Amino acid sequence: MHPAPSLIAFTTLAGAGYGLLAVWSLAGLAGLVPAAPRAGAAGLLPALALIGAGLLASRFHLARPERALLAFTQWRTSWLSREAVAAAATFLPALVLAGFWILAGRIPPAAALLAAAGAVVTVACTGQIYAVLRPIPRWHQPLTTPVFLALAGASGAVLAVLAAALVGVPGEPLALAAVPALAVAWGLKLAWWQRGDRAAPVATADRAIGLAGRAPVRLVEPPHSSGGWLVDETGYRVARRHAAKLRRIALAAGLVVPVLFLALGLLSGGRLAAATSGLAAAMSLALALAIERWLFFAEARHTVRLWYGEAAV
Amino acid sequence: MTALPDRPPARRLGLVIDLDTCVGCQACVIACKAWNSGGAAGPLADAEPYGRRPSGTWLNRVHGFEVGEGEDGRTVYFPRSCLHCENAACVTVCPTGASYKRAEDGIVLVDASRCIGCSLCAWACPYGARELDPASGVMKKCTLCVDRIHDERLPPEEREPACVAVCPARARHFGDLADPEGPLARLVAERGGVELLPELGYRPTNRYLPPRPGRPLAAQAPLVEAPSTAGFLGWVDRLLGG
Repeated sequence: MHPAPSLIAFTTLAGAGYGLLAVWSLAGLAGLVPAAPRAGAAGLLPALALIGAGLLASRFHLARPERALLAFTQWRTSWLSREAVAAAATFLPALVLAGFWILAGRIPPAAALLAAAGAVVTVACTGQIYAVLRPIPRWHQPLTTPVFLALAGASGAVLAVLAAALVGVPGEPLALAAVPALAVAWGLKLAWWQRGDRAAPVATADRAIGLAGRAPVRLVEPPHSSGGWLVDETGYRVARRHAAKLRRIALAAGLVVPVLFLALGLLSGGRLAAATSGLAAAMSLALALAIERWLFFAEARHTVRLWYGEAAV
Repeated sequence: MTALPDRPPARRLGLVIDLDTCVGCQACVIACKAWNSGGAAGPLADAEPYGRRPSGTWLNRVHGFEVGEGEDGRTVYFPRSCLHCENAACVTVCPTGASYKRAEDGIVLVDASRCIGCSLCAWACPYGARELDPASGVMKKCTLCVDRIHDERLPPEEREPACVAVCPARARHFGDLADPEGPLARLVAERGGVELLPELGYRPTNRYLPPRPGRPLAAQAPLVEAPSTAGFLGWVDRLLGG
């Protein structure tokens, strides 16, 4: 599938923003982060900014963004519509929480819980958009939504360590939560990659033209002499060799490097060291997520390729 | 509303396409583009039509395949358009209600005025039946010529999709596939018509008729007669041929 920059930006930025919103709300509720205005601003403002930037990026994926409000109407059947509704609904408790926390130094428990729940539901809807698509076998697997949730949670936890360091809040409990969160997220991602690699094809070219068992089927006359939207959208190919290398880079930059920096921050103590190591961990993770999300699209193959020369998808 | 109709539509209008008689002439492709450039689905993008890289939106495309090997090998032309599925995921994934399936005849359509061009329906279609029109930014798909088949101002014999009307090989048949006694159901039963990729669970309406078995090459007359070299004609042949 075509790796659209708008979708890579939307899913990674909004995922991290919702992750941070959930982690910061729950950390505030648990008393890990004080109910001080500065502490509220340090976590909630970046979270809202990331969510806003992600939603803005998603508009660039629409060919007719001026009608985007219609996307709120079909929540009964469409995960994309549910995502839009959940994203909008989450702003309500998130803004109430931010208002009380930043302006009055109070953390209303209901708002914190609802903001965290809304963040989880929104990211789950994002995952479901992809997970329900049967024509794209790599996306249509039970782990797709858990991977989106786990990566959003882990990126939120790493950002929370950084936010805590910036305002001088002790970040040890957050860092101790971020390490297993990263391990779980990348463990799930690794399992998701392997399942996708090993899965038997869902369809073959002979079946696609209604002639099951009459293989081999070779495309000798493509229906058009040059490209078009359908082949551009579904025909993205990335060399297997590159994919394997990129996965290793993503794992190193997303798991190994952030864990090392988080450990460094824990061991060294001191606000400057914590902030520097937190920033390094977050930047490395951002690079890893960009690669991971690019691969998510680039490696996925659509059954329409069966009519364009591929033997099995 | 992107919910599918509660009950299966009373009529399931669709196509039965004969892979035995299709000669890959592309007439249905052109007729479809011509009708739908001006009809309810139009206009359809047509970039660089005479340039180096022509591209644009087509609702029907014909792919030429070589199937089997050696003596069993044969050419199969495969026309590909919307199959008007019963379990049309392209409809249910639509966030705006632009995609819908008609309860009265099962036709799957796009309301262009509600489409935001998110492309999700095209991703949800395993058959590649939907294309985002680069000129208008909305999704286009086969309408089964809904603006032709129900138009009572047209003479009855013209109330069929443009691709069916134009087909010189009579490889395309249009009708109600819900009618078990109808000509389409009989055709499907006689010729062993198949549903494409039933394992994906979309329950398409259209059916494809597989090619009839061919005669083995040995049973056929030699394709080229050896030219006679004797007699007067042989002499003329040698004289002219050099």
